[in-house]
Amino acid sequence: MRRYISAYFEDEENLLRATKDLRDKQLTIQDVLTPFPIHGLDPILGFKRSRIPTIGFIGGAIGCIIAFGFQAWAFVVDYPLFIGGKPHFAIPSFIPITFELTVLFAAFAMVFAFLIRSKLGPGANNPIHDERITDDRFLIIVDLDEAGNQDELVKEILLKEEAQDIKVKEIDK
Amino acid sequence: MYVSPIREPLVTGKKTYKKITDEISAPIEGKPGKAWYAGITLTVSALLLGLAMMGYTIWQGIGTWGLNKTIGWGWGITNFVWWVGIGHAGTFISAILLLFRQKWRTSINRSAEAMTLFAVMCAGLFPLIHMGRPLLGFFVFPYPNTRELWVNFNSPLLWDVFAISTYFTVSLLFWYVGLIPDIGTIRDRMKSKFKKWIYGLLSFGWTGSAKHWQRHESISLILAGLAAPLVLSVHSIVSTDFATSVIPGWHTTIFPPYFVAGAIFSGFAMVLTLLIVTRKVLNLENYITVGHIESMNKIIIATGSIVGIAYITELFIAWYSGVEYEQYAFLNRATGPYWWAYLIMMTCNVISPQLLWFKKLRRNLVFTFILSIFINIGMWFERFVIIVTSLHRDYLPSSWSMYEPTMVEVGIFIGTLGLFFTCFLLFIRVFPVIAIAEVKSVLKSSGDQKDKSETKEKH
Repeated sequence: MRRYISAYFEDEENLLRATKDLRDKQLTIQDVLTPFPIHGLDPILGFKRSRIPTIGFIGGAIGCIIAFGFQAWAFVVDYPLFIGGKPHFAIPSFIPITFELTVLFAAFAMVFAFLIRSKLGPGANNPIHDERITDDRFLIIVDLDEAGNQDELVKEILLKEEAQDIKVKEIDK
Repeated sequence: MYVSPIREPLVTGKKTYKKITDEISAPIEGKPGKAWYAGITLTVSALLLGLAMMGYTIWQGIGTWGLNKTIGWGWGITNFVWWVGIGHAGTFISAILLLFRQKWRTSINRSAEAMTLFAVMCAGLFPLIHMGRPLLGFFVFPYPNTRELWVNFNSPLLWDVFAISTYFTVSLLFWYVGLIPDIGTIRDRMKSKFKKWIYGLLSFGWTGSAKHWQRHESISLILAGLAAPLVLSVHSIVSTDFATSVIPGWHTTIFPPYFVAGAIFSGFAMVLTLLIVTRKVLNLENYITVGHIESMNKIIIATGSIVGIAYITELFIAWYSGVEYEQYAFLNRATGPYWWAYLIMMTCNVISPQLLWFKKLRRNLVFTFILSIFINIGMWFERFVIIVTSLHRDYLPSSWSMYEPTMVEVGIFIGTLGLFFTCFLLFIRVFPVIAIAEVKSVLKSSGDQKDKSETKEKH
């Protein structure tokens, strides 16, 4: 059996303070759902830096190599053709397409990484906890132990920050 | 607690988070008014005219246009460059202003980016039709073929193919990633089951989880970082279409920066034209405030002045170079048979934006609207002047000629205007015109509430 508690705030500053208190008391926060990104929430929740920039870099590097390599191969190896007396291996004129494909590959890599890692996509069927979390509610879900020893402590912290609609839920595994 | 207003608020009317959602979603939930139906009837008619003329061109051939042996690029390429330029403001607002942390972009980035996409769609049509046989348009891509040839990677025209298609794709990704949370908002508000399902599909199952937001912020920033040099590269590459050919009036190194400044200049003019009407019709005056209009006008002065300096530099360099042909090209622009086009370009692009130095005029909506139309016209003529006056009298006087568009070319241009405005009218009915989540995130720092806790609903 898995137990958790959910509640919502109407102001992000209450949410930030409550999250900090809960983390200080070594409680596990399952998720925080908000209508817009809250600055300062990531370090409180202990999130590591997102690796999306790295993926973008790798994607871009692949695009760069493919684009430059292909142009050079086509014009130097596969079909060397004289164009206006220019050299076959004309680095400057390969740069624009190399740049464009670098950007294109990096963008696609990041968007796919974002969607796959977040399990988002057309037809993704994620549970919607409260229809107003995309409007003006800041929802928090805190894991509880099976014995129910933490219930009072969590409720107290949530109430102190004017949390509303505090609900304990149990799911059978 | 009273916080003294240091800067003009970006969101007025003492909004709460809930009010923001309600007001920005209203155009999607309500029924369109008579004005919208009148508008879309007009734009769809223009689009149909354009489609008919495109069909006629493809059926009969490019001979239906006013082009001749001397002037091979006329309205078609003028319109192409004009539309691509207009697109640039959207990316400038969403990418470059994001990197510079300009909060005022949050109210206008969504619609400006949508405008980018529609403008690039219109632009892309012209080279395709200009090929004469658009069904063979795929020849521009380097795919293994039975002709056993590759495309010419040394040609700026091919760079353009890659630049424009990458630009469109990356802008679309950037725009859609930004839309996902807001589509989630719309999904959660929809009452009808069918609409909820559609928006649910489009929202990619957005939940608003903190980890998703963290990734979303990270990807938005890096995509902006990529889109910023991309937008500069696109018009630079478009300018090399001209700059690498040995035609007096085209063969200049100033072209890339001059084209980029001109593109942002014309793009902001189009953003103003659209948003001054949109904010009024959709009752969004509290989000797109007069302060926003003023900020955009400031960018118009800056880029307009760069364009003015570029024109003067071109004239100076033509004289200073001592090259007879170059000197003649510029003299002919200003005093030759197309002097009127040059005059329109100079008046609209160099003189008229200078009026914006007056704060009263910068903050005057009617004046700004009229001025933005002037700039749109002026920037169209800039491209016309560059293309037609340079071509019509080149090295060999025996081949000098004149160019006049036919009804077919005019019809295709009107058709792309129709396409652009039809897309925009549909967009305002389907997606939130203002980035809801982004406006909420700047509400506390830039709203006009006296007490920052007033952002929540009263019970």
